Amino acid sequence: MHTLLSQANSGFVPPSSADFDFAPIFGNSILFTKPVLLVFFSVILAGSFFTLSARKAAIVPSKLQFAGESIYTFIRNELGRDVIGPEFMRFVPFLFSLFVFILTNNIFGVVPLLQFPTMSHIGFPIGITIFSYVTYHYVAIKKHGLKKYVTDICFMPGIPKPVYLILTPVELLTYLVTRPLTLSMRLFANMFAGHLLLLVFTLGGEYLLTSGLILKFLSLFSFSFAIGLSFFELGIQALQAYIFTLLTALYIAGALADEH
Amino acid sequence: MFNRFGFLASAEAGASPVIPKPAEIIVGFVAFGILFMLLRARAVPRFEKAYKDRTEAIEGGLARAEVAQREASEALQMYKAQLADARGEAAKLREEARAEGSVILEQMRATAQEEATRITSAARSSIEAERQAAFNSLLNEVGAIATELASKIVGESLDDQARQSRVVERFLAEVEKSK
Repeated sequence: MHTLLSQANSGFVPPSSADFDFAPIFGNSILFTKPVLLVFFSVILAGSFFTLSARKAAIVPSKLQFAGESIYTFIRNELGRDVIGPEFMRFVPFLFSLFVFILTNNIFGVVPLLQFPTMSHIGFPIGITIFSYVTYHYVAIKKHGLKKYVTDICFMPGIPKPVYLILTPVELLTYLVTRPLTLSMRLFANMFAGHLLLLVFTLGGEYLLTSGLILKFLSLFSFSFAIGLSFFELGIQALQAYIFTLLTALYIAGALADEH
Repeated sequence: MFNRFGFLASAEAGASPVIPKPAEIIVGFVAFGILFMLLRARAVPRFEKAYKDRTEAIEGGLARAEVAQREASEALQMYKAQLADARGEAAKLREEARAEGSVILEQMRATAQEEATRITSAARSSIEAERQAAFNSLLNEVGAIATELASKIVGESLDDQARQSRVVERFLAEVEKSK
């Protein structure tokens, strides 16, 4: 489609990763770019929503409390209790914040006017991955001791000795590199690709609208697609927030387990 | 129009999107840290409290219902016991009354029997006395009548059968009349 359009009119510039770069809104400070402001806005938004929702802690909840509590209960029971097991309550605040933070920032991608999923800047996923990474290593070392933890990773018990030649590097790589890498990369890539897709159809539609009469009609399809995809994106944004939290819970559960 | 609304995307082509900006890592880290502290302090304990209160309210309600149930069943047990007692009492009273009644009946029957025997024996003795009296008087009369009849028969001719019977009839009529 891009090539077709490019051939028809060389004036169209397809969206690229450059569309994800924002100049500072005022001054030269990197702290005043759109994504950074959105991240802080998400903290204010989610923080005040759940603080207000939980404030009364009534037995018979109001609508606001019910809304907040539904999300909290979902994370607490589905990802905390069911995945981590008896010691889950220690990790519920972390998992809950994780889910809420990612979800809010992802949903910014389809909120009118904001319309930018902050997690499509890889720095932010990395920032929160550090929390997950440190948490699951810390929990395991505290529970088993550093020596046993390293031994368990390097020499998984009950395996024939020659297999260690392959297994040990793989396990080390998994625990130290692959897990944090995939965790942040998955979130980033999904949000990046989703936003790019929406850009293609929206900017494409916008461009078509400025073209000839027949192409003006075609812009209708382009915009319909963009709208349909926005709903699709909403699903992906929620799913990615869930997956990130689920995997973190699984890593913590693995760290708490006796055998690795 | 989309992401450019309000904010401008920089025109210059930036670095590859997979190269993180250190500032954003720090911002992500700090922002999440703030949210985490906030939710851990303000949201999670309150939600847990609501959860606990609700569980207690429900369990308390259940416990109260259980107590009420137990009390009700105890009361029922008591009433049933009382009812059984009353029934037993009634049955006993009935039994006593029946026994007493039969005793009274027996006594009355005995009395009546006695009375009847007495009356019967009195009647019998009076009949016996009367019979004796009648017998005695009859004895005297029969003697006299027989003597009279014999004298009459002797006085008449005895060859005629018809006359003979007429005499007897006449005599009997006289006896009848004289009575």
